[in-house]
Amino acid sequence: MSVAAVNGAKPVSVAKAKSSKAAPTKSGKAPAAAAFGKDEELSAYKQMLLIRRFEEKAGQLYGMGLIGGFCHLYIGQEAVVIGMQMAAREGDQVITGYRDHGHMLATGMEARGVMAELTGRKSGYSAGKGGSMHMFSKEKNFYGGHGIVGGQVSLGTGLAFANKYRGNGAVCLTYFGDGAANQGQVYESFNMAELWKLPIVYVIENNRYAMGTSVVRSSAQTDFSRRGASFNIPGEQVDGMDVRAVKAAAERAIAFTRAGKGPYILEMQTYRYRGHSMSDPAKYRAKDEVDKMRTDHDPIEQVRQRLIEKKWANEDELKKIDAGIRAVVNDSAEFATHDPEPDPSELYTDILL
Amino acid sequence: MPVDILMPALSPTMEKGNLAKWLKKEGDPVKSGDVIAEIETDKATMEVEAIDEGILAKIVVPEGTADVPVNELIAIIASEGEDPKAAAAGASHAPAAAPAAAAPAPQAPAAEAPSAAPQSVPASPRTHAAGYDASGEVPAGTEFVKMTVREALRDAMAEEMRRDENVFVMGEEVAEYQGAYKITQGLLQEFGARRVVDTPITEHGFAGVGVGAAMTGLRPIVEFMTFNFAMQAMDHLINSAAKTLYMSGGQLGAPIVFRGPNGAAARVAAQHSQCYAAWYSQVPGLKVVMPYSAADAKGLLKAAIRDPNPVIFLENEILYGHTFEVPKLDDFVLPIGKARVARPGKDVTIVSFGIGMTYAEKAAEELSKEGIEAELIDLRTIRPMDIATVVESIRKTNRCVAVEEGWPQSGVTSEIGMRIMEEAFDYLDAPVIRVTGKDVPMPYAANLEKLALPNVGEVVQAAKAVLYR
Repeated sequence: MSVAAVNGAKPVSVAKAKSSKAAPTKSGKAPAAAAFGKDEELSAYKQMLLIRRFEEKAGQLYGMGLIGGFCHLYIGQEAVVIGMQMAAREGDQVITGYRDHGHMLATGMEARGVMAELTGRKSGYSAGKGGSMHMFSKEKNFYGGHGIVGGQVSLGTGLAFANKYRGNGAVCLTYFGDGAANQGQVYESFNMAELWKLPIVYVIENNRYAMGTSVVRSSAQTDFSRRGASFNIPGEQVDGMDVRAVKAAAERAIAFTRAGKGPYILEMQTYRYRGHSMSDPAKYRAKDEVDKMRTDHDPIEQVRQRLIEKKWANEDELKKIDAGIRAVVNDSAEFATHDPEPDPSELYTDILL
Repeated sequence: MPVDILMPALSPTMEKGNLAKWLKKEGDPVKSGDVIAEIETDKATMEVEAIDEGILAKIVVPEGTADVPVNELIAIIASEGEDPKAAAAGASHAPAAAPAAAAPAPQAPAAEAPSAAPQSVPASPRTHAAGYDASGEVPAGTEFVKMTVREALRDAMAEEMRRDENVFVMGEEVAEYQGAYKITQGLLQEFGARRVVDTPITEHGFAGVGVGAAMTGLRPIVEFMTFNFAMQAMDHLINSAAKTLYMSGGQLGAPIVFRGPNGAAARVAAQHSQCYAAWYSQVPGLKVVMPYSAADAKGLLKAAIRDPNPVIFLENEILYGHTFEVPKLDDFVLPIGKARVARPGKDVTIVSFGIGMTYAEKAAEELSKEGIEAELIDLRTIRPMDIATVVESIRKTNRCVAVEEGWPQSGVTSEIGMRIMEEAFDYLDAPVIRVTGKDVPMPYAANLEKLALPNVGEVVQAAKAVLYR
């Protein structure tokens, strides 16, 4: 059963906008996800599991009062950012909203630095001044981490503008959710990106709920791949729970935009298992719905089963992988709880250069 | 009756124009709607259409005449059946040399005439005294040239674009149209469409694009057609540009300039006439510059473009056409965050900035006639605010008046007053008095608009009040 069907949307399809441009998949059917080789499966598995375990730990630390404020977990959506990163290359930028821990880990940022930022400590990526929603790594080309819904869409378009200005061949992967997709600046950005043929992929992570409001209650057009249609931006709906489908779509989109053909939209149909933030009990959806997604569509479990079926890994080996990842995550938590808070003198630094 | 053709005002702030071309000759028949002449303003070339029918009896201002004041008689049309020669001879108007302000439009109803030229804003551009002596900013012996604020801003951008490949300009109508207010004139021709970028009308979006580009180290100059429109982009100016350096622990800044006209122009009413100096000046992470003179506009815009921080650069449409002395230097860069003593004095300190300086300067002249020597301080930068220069002056004068066009509550002058209380209370012989725009949305009616703005009389009165005179 495809995610699209679960969502009650029509089957995965390509927006009609410029079907000639969006060449590879205009049949109205999802392309069969290209099979992964052993290395790809294992790599995807490890990276997604790192995000899963990291987020579980962050949830724990939040419950212990070690992480404050807002904390939005990425659990359930891991295949999106990992599949995208598998298709990206060195120098491509990533920018996203406030549900950003997964994106940071996926771009290679250290678990310790991310966790220490969550706990507001001096060794955090933003020296404790940014928190969960505001982290950056120039070195890893991760441009945040933005707390204002939709703000990252214009900013990401600016990153793509800079790529074109410099002619450096880099592509900007700009992530936002189904909620942000209703912000006005998204369409201002779409217009400019297509007008100037900017190298950018807009990745709409449709996890079906904008905070507590379901897509059908907030969106007149629930097929987000078509949101660029009036700007002639091609789009695809993608099974965002299948890392292979994500990677395949990402390869098409990135190749398209890197070739100077303008922006591309990928609607990732995904699901968040937890509430919008730690303080959200998610009473607006049935427990069955969540359970069904977890049992039938879990992005990590899908890979795990394939690894076992193809005998690329046995239970013992997978347990060892899990243990290794837990060690990294526990180490980051240990670090983040013992790292000192920023020095009071830091209050007045980094305001102006 | 012959019909007088007057030099038309083609924009809210136009004071004069060049008569580029006559498209009809004397003796030609003219129909309503015919284009009879081309007028060049500092912003654009416009066509003048005839409203009445008849024969072009006399061309009063020949083509090629520069700086013809608005409302000046430029031609006479003889109505149907009239003798064109008699009509031409019967011209009863002031000679062409008379300035428009001195000779109100003959056809204008008497009641409207006084409001046509607001008291505080001269109808014709003035050349301001050099007086540029701000603590050694200009080397001795430097030659000065006359330049409008408009030209100074354009030159500043062009010089910085030549100097640094990372600098580019984006905004509405900045390229092909040459700038809505002609500040970017000629930049497209010199630097090409890659670096002079016309945007759609999409302030929120292109402000974000600018900040995103700046985060990678490019140095965008984002022009807002007016800062009133920047309200739509406010989120990126504050949440993205101003706060990112702090939120990233110093990793990622936004070296970007947001510039454009701010505050009241003329007769454009509430939505187009707001001063945002106080709004932006509240935000840590921003620098806010608001120059008055052309020299400051040039030196400070160059500094703003080189600054690694986001700078809000507030210009004024009325000042664009004002001419000042600008030092002729290859690379004239001024320090951001430093006030200028525009006129030394011993009796009372008058602090202002931007167009507020026009009231302050005139008030100082009037006070001088009465034997009161005001020390005039032009803040130039609102944030960081150079209160030290103000305090130094107050130690000498013991009295202070602060002037701005913005609203009174939580205004820049409120901040000045409070800072003086914190840092110079013991030197004051009288409470600080503010002269500000009135606490109302800007009205359209000419008389009400005049009332809503500060005026010279209020500044003079305030200065006398703090002197207990």
